[in-house]
Amino acid sequence: MEIDQGAFVTVIGPSGCGKTTLLNILAGFEQPSSGGVYIEGRPINRPGADRGVVFQEYALFPWLTLRQNVEYGPRERKVPPPLRRQTVDRALGMVGLTGAENRYPHELSGGMRQRAALARVLVNDPKILLMDEPFAALDALTRGRLQQEVARVWAETRKTVFFVTHSVEEAVLLSDRVVAMSVLPGRLKADVEITLSRPRDPTSSSFNEHRRALESLLKQELASDENSVDSEESSDLKQP
Amino acid sequence: MTQISLQPLAAVGSSTSSGQIEDVARKNVWRFLRRITLPAAILIAWEAITASQWVSSASLPSPSAVAIAWWDWIFGPREALAWYSGTWGLYVLMSLERVASGFAIAAATGISLGVLIGWYSVVEDLCDGLINFLRAVPMTAWVPFAVFLFGIHESAAIFLIAFGSFFPIVVNVAAGARQTPRVLIRAALMLGTSPRKLLLRVVLPAALPSIFTGLRVGLGLAWVLVIVAEMLAVQGGLGYALWSAYQFSRLDLILAAIVSVGALGLASDRLISLVGRRILRWQTGTTGR
Repeated sequence: MEIDQGAFVTVIGPSGCGKTTLLNILAGFEQPSSGGVYIEGRPINRPGADRGVVFQEYALFPWLTLRQNVEYGPRERKVPPPLRRQTVDRALGMVGLTGAENRYPHELSGGMRQRAALARVLVNDPKILLMDEPFAALDALTRGRLQQEVARVWAETRKTVFFVTHSVEEAVLLSDRVVAMSVLPGRLKADVEITLSRPRDPTSSSFNEHRRALESLLKQELASDENSVDSEESSDLKQP
Repeated sequence: MTQISLQPLAAVGSSTSSGQIEDVARKNVWRFLRRITLPAAILIAWEAITASQWVSSASLPSPSAVAIAWWDWIFGPREALAWYSGTWGLYVLMSLERVASGFAIAAATGISLGVLIGWYSVVEDLCDGLINFLRAVPMTAWVPFAVFLFGIHESAAIFLIAFGSFFPIVVNVAAGARQTPRVLIRAALMLGTSPRKLLLRVVLPAALPSIFTGLRVGLGLAWVLVIVAEMLAVQGGLGYALWSAYQFSRLDLILAAIVSVGALGLASDRLISLVGRRILRWQTGTTGR
């Protein structure tokens, strides 16, 4: 599998299919047991600021204010203070958090926390954004708004995005390309291009056509998985 | 004392005019009254028992007698005849100094080693067994050892205090460091923190709540140990006064010393939890209550 620069790729699949593991490998948190992952020809072996990760559980540092959280990356990379100020302000503005900078994470709603988490990686100007079910813990309204934000930010920055989700709607709404994974044995099952024009309207009929098509495709893949479980189970049990 | 505190209640109770502020004020007065009810009742009952001669004043001095002896102890002229007169301030200072230096050593070593134990499994394997064994030995058992090693000297007291309060600190800090959320470690790494700096950037701040728990328990123990050390190993200090009062059969002074130690222990605990709340204000509202 190859991902083009500037592409928005979504990986979709049921729980336990290994999509988060794949993201962790891309981030450098985990090592693949076989095979390899390369960015511009170079292998990934450790986490770095060139790959910004947005976690489902936000993972903001609770002891830092929102601004300090966003400032964390530039500070670690020893960006001089005046420039740091400027980039942090820009990142905060991009996700619409100006004015809440001095609050602590626990004082913010889930949506605001996830915006902050996004700002925290955008400020580092990473090559790739890795997003691990970032909106799964949010209420539907907030989720919708943040999906629009991400689409806008992506349009503005043209970062390569690797987005993990289990929502078909989210995948169709955001991505250029949807990759489906299956549970056993964690294999890529389908690779679909979404050619809908942007900005996308989740209530339009063409959107729903795409969504329905993708859903039925996934259902087929899933069904074939379940049929093969019986035969694969015995061999799988020996593997671990 | 009790009469004075009743007056604000009457004042607030009569002015039931208006506003939430007064409601809050009245609630606070009520809470204050509820808090002092039991201590006040004990004092009154104690005074009544001694005044009615149920027990002789030789076996139990009245609160007022304790207060008078205490007054002498604090403000009395220093003279050869009354050994205790006017020494209170000096003794308090001596005890405070010992607690402060012993506790400072325990805090510095306990926090650093605790974080290392919680983060590096090598350090944990090296230290865990020994720490758990030493922790199981009651601290008072170390008194003869300390006196042998250091003699009747300040360092014996400071050793006991530092050694004793080290354990609750190190154990709490290690537990806190061990529970650093993995996702925060990963977040720091992907933001460019080098693995070497993780300890300082993530593990230490994540362990702060446990650090303060450990410090609080350790400080309480430091006060226990300063009294033990002063009774048995060094001269001067509140524990020394307590033991001398016992040898002179002065129950009034024993009681005054006990209340002094209690007040100092309470004050230092308040101080450290105030500092803790200030530093941990990022988690207000995330914990119960």
